[in-house]
Amino acid sequence: MRTLVALVALLLAVAAPAAAAQAPRASLPDIEDEVMCLECRTPLNVSTSDVADQQRAFISELIDQGKTKAEIKAALVSEYGPRVLGEPEEKGFGLAAWITPILVALAALALVIVSARRWRREPQPAGAAHDPGAPGDGAAPIDPDDARRLDAELAAFDK
Amino acid sequence: MRPRAYWPVTLAAALLVGLLAYGLTTTGTDTTLDAAVAKGERPSPPAGSALPRLGEEGTATLADYKGKVVLVNIWASWCAPCVDELPLVQKTHEMMAAKGGTVLGIDVKENTGAALDAVDEVGLTYPNLRDRDGDFVREWGQTGYPENFVIDRKGRIAAVRRFPITQKWVDETLAPILDEEA
Repeated sequence: MRTLVALVALLLAVAAPAAAAQAPRASLPDIEDEVMCLECRTPLNVSTSDVADQQRAFISELIDQGKTKAEIKAALVSEYGPRVLGEPEEKGFGLAAWITPILVALAALALVIVSARRWRREPQPAGAAHDPGAPGDGAAPIDPDDARRLDAELAAFDK
Repeated sequence: MRPRAYWPVTLAAALLVGLLAYGLTTTGTDTTLDAAVAKGERPSPPAGSALPRLGEEGTATLADYKGKVVLVNIWASWCAPCVDELPLVQKTHEMMAAKGGTVLGIDVKENTGAALDAVDEVGLTYPNLRDRDGDFVREWGQTGYPENFVIDRKGRIAAVRRFPITQKWVDETLAPILDEEA
């Protein structure tokens, strides 16, 4: 049992640094497109103001300290507030950005359900043969004279 | 389109128009304070939430300074005119402190390290609070940097200056407020 525990401990000791080494190093281009320049109200990667430069310097400093992307984003929120990640606020007008897509999705779903029910209730044309998949299914019945003319035309076509 | 299908479309359109109107009316600049002060009134400052102290533990609100004349200075170290203004703001604080007043800096949208570097560089001795995302100053109708507000001893806004202060403004506008009785 002791041997097994020692073996597991040894495996963990080897695996943990290896896993850490596999985590990609944070980079400025990877982070700045997910962060807002608070004053410019544009993504940081397209912002050129002094305030954006200061935010970039802050991120670069944390990258140099070996922080991960998640740690850097947490530090940004701590220093600048949650708005720095560019997500709409969960209050006031920002709430609309969260609610509107849900309302639109619900409205679309309701439209699909109502339309489907309406199509199912649509009456079959009188005299139509109920032969699902057959050509002309659901169409008005063909006149016998027209049928004869159609056969003649098709026969002439085959010659 | 069948007539009974009109009402959901009309409702959706009305909702969208309402949303747009709400957005336009709630995101514009509020000039209420400027208008009131221009008429000679002394409005109460926005209540605002408590802000963290820069370089210290804890939070503070404007109410903590009631009874003192306070020059609220909105600034950031990434704003060049703000940094240019800081030596005069510090000098003004020293003058105010001798008469029972203080400057209260509101550092906006910057990280603590950058703000503290500026404080040390200029040698600011007055308290500073951090408005990390600009929510606090937005309630004051902020339109740029720097901005200055004088709060009288009764906690009311007595003067608004939406650009850097000058010695002339300090002498002619701030000093008389400082001389007022509580």
